[in-house]
Amino acid sequence: MLWIDCPWCGPRPETEFRYGGEAHIARPEPAATDDAAWADYLFMRTNPKGVHAERWMHREGCRRWFNALRDTVSNDVVAIYPMGAPRPDASGDEAGDD
Amino acid sequence: MRFRLKEGGRIDRTQRLRFTFNGQSYEGFAGDTLASALIANGTHLTSRSFKYHRPRGILTAGAEEPSALVQLGEGARTEPNLRATQVELYDGLTATGVNAWPSANCDFAAWTGRFAPLFPAGFYYKTFLWPASFWKSLYEPVIRRMAGLGRAPEAPDPDSYDKMNVHCDVLVVGGGPAGIAAALAAGEAGARVLLVDEQAALGGALLGLRHHVDGADGAAWAEAAANRLATMPEVRVLTRTTLFGYYDHNSLSALERRTDHLGPRAPAGTGRQRLWHIKAGRVVLATGAHERPLVFADNDRPGVMLASAAQRYVNHYAALPGERAVLFTNNDAAYEAAHDIVEAGGTVGAVVDCRPEPAAPLAPALKQAGVPLHIGSVIAATHGTKRVRSVTVAKLGEGGGPSSEQYRIYCDSVLASGGWNPAVHLFSQSAGKLAFEEARGIFLPGQATQAVEVTGAANGSFGLAGCLAEGAAAGARAAQAAGFGDGTAPPIPSSDAPEPGAITPYWLAPGQKPVGHGKAKHMVDHQDDVTAADIRLAAREGFRSVEHVKRYTTVGMGTDQGKTANVNGLAILADALGKTVPEVGFTTYRPPYTPVTFGALAGRDTGPLMDPLRRTAMHEWHEAEGAVFEPVGQWHRPWWYPKPGEDNHAAVARECRAVRDAVGILDASTLGKIDIKGPDAATLLDMIYTNAFSTLKVGRVRYGLMCGDDGMVFDDGTTARLGENHYLMTTTTGNAAHVLEWLEEWLQTEWPELKVYCTSVTEQWATVALAGPKARDVLAALAPDMALDTDSFPFMSVKEGTVAGVDARVFRISFTGELSFEINVPWHHGRHLWEALMEAGAAHGIAPYGTEAMHVLRAERGFIIVGQETDGTTTPHDLGMDWIVSKKKPDFLGKRAWSREDTRRDDRKQLVGILTDDPGTVLPEGTQLVDRPGRPPLPMIGHVTSSYASPALGRSIALALVKGGRGRKGETVHAAPESGFVPCKITEPVFYDSEGAKRDG
Amino acid sequence: MAEALAPRSPLAALADALAAVQAEGVTLAEQPARARLNLRLDPKDAEALTAAGAVLGGSLPRTPNTAATTVNGKTILWLGPDEWLVTGPAAEDAALEETLRGRLEGRHHALTDVSAMYATLALSGPRAREVLMKGCRLDLHPRAFAPGACVQTALARANVILHQAGDVPTYEITVRNSFAHYLGTWLLDAMAEYRPA
Repeated sequence: MLWIDCPWCGPRPETEFRYGGEAHIARPEPAATDDAAWADYLFMRTNPKGVHAERWMHREGCRRWFNALRDTVSNDVVAIYPMGAPRPDASGDEAGDD
Repeated sequence: MRFRLKEGGRIDRTQRLRFTFNGQSYEGFAGDTLASALIANGTHLTSRSFKYHRPRGILTAGAEEPSALVQLGEGARTEPNLRATQVELYDGLTATGVNAWPSANCDFAAWTGRFAPLFPAGFYYKTFLWPASFWKSLYEPVIRRMAGLGRAPEAPDPDSYDKMNVHCDVLVVGGGPAGIAAALAAGEAGARVLLVDEQAALGGALLGLRHHVDGADGAAWAEAAANRLATMPEVRVLTRTTLFGYYDHNSLSALERRTDHLGPRAPAGTGRQRLWHIKAGRVVLATGAHERPLVFADNDRPGVMLASAAQRYVNHYAALPGERAVLFTNNDAAYEAAHDIVEAGGTVGAVVDCRPEPAAPLAPALKQAGVPLHIGSVIAATHGTKRVRSVTVAKLGEGGGPSSEQYRIYCDSVLASGGWNPAVHLFSQSAGKLAFEEARGIFLPGQATQAVEVTGAANGSFGLAGCLAEGAAAGARAAQAAGFGDGTAPPIPSSDAPEPGAITPYWLAPGQKPVGHGKAKHMVDHQDDVTAADIRLAAREGFRSVEHVKRYTTVGMGTDQGKTANVNGLAILADALGKTVPEVGFTTYRPPYTPVTFGALAGRDTGPLMDPLRRTAMHEWHEAEGAVFEPVGQWHRPWWYPKPGEDNHAAVARECRAVRDAVGILDASTLGKIDIKGPDAATLLDMIYTNAFSTLKVGRVRYGLMCGDDGMVFDDGTTARLGENHYLMTTTTGNAAHVLEWLEEWLQTEWPELKVYCTSVTEQWATVALAGPKARDVLAALAPDMALDTDSFPFMSVKEGTVAGVDARVFRISFTGELSFEINVPWHHGRHLWEALMEAGAAHGIAPYGTEAMHVLRAERGFIIVGQETDGTTTPHDLGMDWIVSKKKPDFLGKRAWSREDTRRDDRKQLVGILTDDPGTVLPEGTQLVDRPGRPPLPMIGHVTSSYASPALGRSIALALVKGGRGRKGETVHAAPESGFVPCKITEPVFYDSEGAKRDG
Repeated sequence: MAEALAPRSPLAALADALAAVQAEGVTLAEQPARARLNLRLDPKDAEALTAAGAVLGGSLPRTPNTAATTVNGKTILWLGPDEWLVTGPAAEDAALEETLRGRLEGRHHALTDVSAMYATLALSGPRAREVLMKGCRLDLHPRAFAPGACVQTALARANVILHQAGDVPTYEITVRNSFAHYLGTWLLDAMAEYRPA
């Protein structure tokens, strides 16, 4: 059981959350996006071994979305940050891991 | 109880308990385990082995037991594969050994042992290859009957189980000397401490030893410590509790056996077992160590046991292992077992030490007691059938093989010790790394990945003084890390135990013939019947990875997870491969540490509590009327309301006719309702729906389709505009939560600039759909102030007013094609409204209708159901619903995807109607469609999505998704249900009132 | 006219079982119907916050996982950074909504009447915490969860608003109607082991 630090409600068990997949995938301007790029937006994800930027939503609680950096090997959550904020450096050795 | 000592031990001689094992009656004392009581009665043979049905006895005295597995109890309460060493004795206990028919003493399948050469490592893979069809019909059933350990109960479990969630600053696992010291230190610092231990009382290894702590008997010291812990308000001690799983983020799970030890005297109302979910700040693992068996010829004969187990049976349970024991060891510590047996009045026939020049501190005392010492020697054979009768001791020659100097020694028990393995299982589960220590041949905890510390014997400190000191320090450190105390350990209690002494790792003792030759077996894994020869064979056959060898030979894959087998097996493999142990690597331990009952894992989530059954305000009315319910998500909705003598078809047909000819009412409360407010509400809806909602006039209602950005339909429903900046959206029953999350996701993550708030009001409103030509008359009787004529209250509009004396919102929408009103009142007046409508409608022949009739009625009109006509790969165009897709809006979710090549294909599956040539045939939903009959495989051109007997048409109707179907109207295709090919015609997907003439009544 | 009709509780089918429940150290009772308003507004909008506080007789709690009681006898539960549940006596239902709506006129907000959407059960007594621990993953120890604490979380398999209303302790468990019967059944079951002998 992961315990995730909701930025509003504090640490809660993972069963209270909805996982929202990879973070920082902005919806492109449809008219200016060719088929390949649109397919990329819809379907392609990085799936790294190591630190992964991803979205979570505290479904059983405040229902707010937020971003997290989670190490997919250790499951350590190394950072929590708001929607719209850029991805923080997850300490020197992990930054740029993906 | 012939082998029970007259005095001593930690059993209660005043309470005699009767029990039955393998059909024979015995007596034991309170405080016994099943294993100790059997040993006190001189019974070592408990069961038969998994593969060869070899006689098996009691090897250990604890959780690591691989061999003495029993089937406890009878009937619904029977439980298979319990370790006799952990089953606490109660009066009236009955048990049998596993794997034996008719009994362990006279086992029918023991003949398999004589054909052992036919069952080498991987024999399943080699033997049962062909013909393939034999696997299911012959091989598997036979193998399952022969192997598979105990039997699962066949009746429902009459016991109850529950769960408890607990948080603590410091979790201490293991109530031995190190764990007690850690819990005391952390508890005194003020931390919230949870101490769990699998035994009935605290003390751990102390209970099986004769040492003293702080001048008191070890068990007495442990009891005093338990009393002290009980006075600390923030300390909780759970005994009879096995910490079985160590998961992420210091989440752990433990199984508490609350009444198992009481048997039939368990108090009513107390759950049998409790599953504890623990969230710990810091974890201190004081899980002790398991003694390692020595691998020698026929080392699995009943009577052969671990030296420490024999010592525990003598000291804890006052039971001698037999008349005459022989100790076989590679280390000094095991001499203590022989010494304690002699001290207790038992006889040790010999000590066999494989080391050339041992210097065990206790050797002189044993010699003085007349125990012969055979150094540089091994047990090369054991003799006897269902019990050891003697052993052959061989002096080791040059090169480590047996010399000709051999002795036959009479004995009825063999105590074997290959040293100690730290119990690193939980540490390994926590994703901690293990490190191999060459000198003692043990795996030690290495780098931790969670907030955990390992202490005492689990950390390789096998001496009592070290355990006490390390435990106290670990407890103080853990408390400090959690914010309590300064990390200083309390004073360390004194103890009189000697240091553990020297050990020379020894992995495989030679027999009288080379390993794998002759009949003798060098058993490595007692539970899975894996021998040293099997592991060597795997190596010869080319297996290199320890993970592959494990799966091929099954070593360590039993319910015991190889607690006694793994390290020996690994060392034997490393030797066969000419590598070191670290080079070969180690497999990961996984939860559970010992097996957990399904009952405990389910807890109270069974029967009516298995999943919430969501009820509407009218649920009890439906129940009272005998409704048959259909689960829709977690909701239970009335499916149909059978009258006496009616089957489901008759009931549904009657309900459909009521709606078409008179009036019906449906409980539609389960539809999702979302209140949407804010200046940008219209902008949001224009992006979410395929059609426009900014153009909707206040007071009007519009149907909409929602698509993902992949262009696929995922929900539909009607949305009303209640004010300039105020909409009320309805969703399908199953998708209500998902749609609200969908809106919030876009608002919070992609369009945070939009000023919109969305609030679920699904359960604020009870909703009744009133449908049929008489609907207006019924409603008029209850809403005299509401103008209901078509001009005042046109189709697709909403009105607020009073219905049946209650504030109501009424929508004129229709999912049946009939004149229809959806009346919403506050939830707690829903039952009142329903009953008022039934009363007002009685004169008009009103009938409640269920979801099945609703499905038939909407299918007659060709209305889709999302999730039935759609499957996540269906676009609005596939459904023929281009009319609902805006051409004007520059952007909305789904639009861009429809210009992708795949969504423009002509041969996409498109929604059509299907009429079977035989009007009486109702096709099963999901039936595949093909162009013409023939021998499979045939190209499948589509499938039936909805199919019903239509009362209005007097024939069957169906909807289907068919490749290029819209261009194929009028063509004949064939449905392919299991019964054969059914010719049918492709039609328009509307069967009834295609002009919509009935919607205004 | 609507007021004249007594609301039917979603726990009506459990009324007899609730009335009969006996357990040592813990009690369970359904709370009377109350007015409930879901209020959304931008916490950065100081004017809106002030306006709402003035009507309610106390400021909207801004600390997550808390509830506040106002001088006007309202209890305001924090549900999210821009979301609150305002509760008060049932009789005030319509009036409260109207006053609040008036004061927030022109400011971006959402005020939604959810009075009929929930049932509230009070679980009280020295053993109340242990009953909750059977189905709630959160840390309810007094060091972590004190009177005034209020969280949205899962209890057994239902989403609830859990508000510690007193230090007995007393917990008010607010659950959506459709889950009320399930949750009531679950609580009665969890209390069963404390039935007097």
